Amino acid sequence: MKKIAKSDLSKLFAAIAEGSELYLPVKVAGQTNFAPYTADAEVDVDTLKTVKSAKDIFFPQSENLYTCKTDEEKNISITPEALQNENFVVYGMRGCDAKGMEVLDKVFLSEPVDSFYAARRAHGTVVAAACGEPEETCFCKVFGVDCAEPVADVVTWTVGDTVYWNAYTEKGEALTAKLADLLSDADEKAVEDEKAKIRAIVEKLPYSDLSLDKFGAGKTMELFDSPIWEELYKPCLACGTCTFVCPTCQCYDIKDYNTGKGVQRFRCWDSCMYSDFTMMAHGNNRTSQMQRFRQRFMHKLVYFPDNNDGMYSCVGCGRCLERCPASLNIVKVVKAFQEGAGK
Amino acid sequence: MQELVNRAKALLADGTVARVLGWKAGEFAYDPEPAFFETEEDLKDFVYDGFCGANLSKYMIEASKLEGKTLVFLKPCDSYSFNQLTKEHRVDREKAYIIGVGCKGKVDVKHIKEAGIKGIESIVGADYPNPAETLEIKTLYGDKTISYKDAMLERCHVCKGKDHVVFDEQIGESADTVDAERFAEVEKIEAMSPEEKFAFFRAELSKCIRCNACRNVCPACSCRKCVFDSTKFDSAQKANTTSFEEKMFHIIRAFHVAGRCTDCGECSRVCPQGIPLHLFNRKFIKDINTFYGDYQAGEDIEAQAPLTDFTFEDREPGQFAERG
Repeated sequence: MKKIAKSDLSKLFAAIAEGSELYLPVKVAGQTNFAPYTADAEVDVDTLKTVKSAKDIFFPQSENLYTCKTDEEKNISITPEALQNENFVVYGMRGCDAKGMEVLDKVFLSEPVDSFYAARRAHGTVVAAACGEPEETCFCKVFGVDCAEPVADVVTWTVGDTVYWNAYTEKGEALTAKLADLLSDADEKAVEDEKAKIRAIVEKLPYSDLSLDKFGAGKTMELFDSPIWEELYKPCLACGTCTFVCPTCQCYDIKDYNTGKGVQRFRCWDSCMYSDFTMMAHGNNRTSQMQRFRQRFMHKLVYFPDNNDGMYSCVGCGRCLERCPASLNIVKVVKAFQEGAGK
Repeated sequence: MQELVNRAKALLADGTVARVLGWKAGEFAYDPEPAFFETEEDLKDFVYDGFCGANLSKYMIEASKLEGKTLVFLKPCDSYSFNQLTKEHRVDREKAYIIGVGCKGKVDVKHIKEAGIKGIESIVGADYPNPAETLEIKTLYGDKTISYKDAMLERCHVCKGKDHVVFDEQIGESADTVDAERFAEVEKIEAMSPEEKFAFFRAELSKCIRCNACRNVCPACSCRKCVFDSTKFDSAQKANTTSFEEKMFHIIRAFHVAGRCTDCGECSRVCPQGIPLHLFNRKFIKDINTFYGDYQAGEDIEAQAPLTDFTFEDREPGQFAERG
């Protein structure tokens, strides 16, 4: 266990950023999101949840795959986008987002491996932060996340004016060694107390014991045609907020951008809430918002567990509870099925 | 609130309406959701309090396609949106039974959280018809308070007024909540140098995640198929291909709703990234007022809209170009 004074964090960030790229929560125009560290960035490690999750450091909202160009002799050249080949550090990821990476790993690291994602995972070191003050919208416990001790290369705890630092993996040890000048030895006592305090708060959160009995692998036939979906989807505005703030939504679209003398092929996050989601040449994708709405929750709570040994693709971060314009969210969906809406 | 429920039950029972469009209690004290109620039994979940900021007018586009009338509860400002949608033939006035419901300002949990209040367990003071001056909030981290005004939506600080511009009947009183100058923020930006303006909008719009919440909630954005959703056109992007594109999206949207935007403020209410999108629209409203005379979209269904009504007195485009 190591420690550093909270007031020295800026030195720590500068030191990390000297050796590698550093991503951390930065406030821009009042909102905190993960962004590259710069000396004049307004770093904000106190906000519990960034608006977007840390997902797009590993799976960016938009990224080029390759570029095609035509020269004056009309020769066409194709240049693939370089893979991440430098080490980088992510600081301040929460336990839910770290768990979200496990979900994304299932998708992108199973065959065929997504080389862009795999390269970033290989080069990224994650420094997670325990959640000192979880909020009422948090329900990560339901998905087996311990926000008092996230799973990551390094975990930090903020207790008063001190930030405690503990490495859990080789990558974490390596980073700790590089920062030896700034980190001093600490005993475990303060952190053990902090963990106990956090776990006690988690027990008091309203949805920590949300039951997922009705969902899980093998429930497709039971749930797919339920009339409850018809009742639930109606306020949905069909925007993509829930999918874009979500740490586990992984669907993407591949598109071409005409640069005038060539084409940039890029991929960008897609949303199952959008009318052209999975629209292909057959022109026969989901036709109603009810179907799109159902897809999102069935994917997270049934199809994903079906294909991944029971793992849900929700981590209980609660961002959708906070950001949906119509106050719809996964907790309402789960509860509606528990209670058998429609009565 | 019971008065609203009773009236809804009566209108369902006597067959005047086939369904009710209102707000349903949420999971927390602060997250009611827009909801359709089909039966008297369903109405047990009906709620109307200070957190019912959502403007239900746009849901009437879909409701207009259903059998029978829909009872819709509209706050004074929501009624402007409904009127504008009627003017644009997007909702059917005959399919709506409108109860103009009183409003004394709406609050948003976003402002409560911005004040550093977290772990909310309960909130007292946002009740209809008379909200308290101070919201008392129980949290996991102790008891907190915030003044009702500080938690209010931006739109309420520049409220359009207590009158419903369209209704079949009215229930409840409204209050004047104006405590700010409607165009003050716009004027502040107008006074900036071009570089400052660019920096301001760049910082704000760089946060955009292209979730389309602003567009989808907007009562003026009622195209059946948005050009940005077209799969046959280069504008169809779910992400920004260049650092300028998110600005283009919002600027185009502002132009498209100019003269039709009632300034309901839903765009800013729903933006997950807290972008003050209403400022674009309000700038257009200010310019329209300046150049064509005061005009409030949605106020008068018969009035000619300034941007679709040609007169010989209209400004020449060159005059706008010169003004910059």
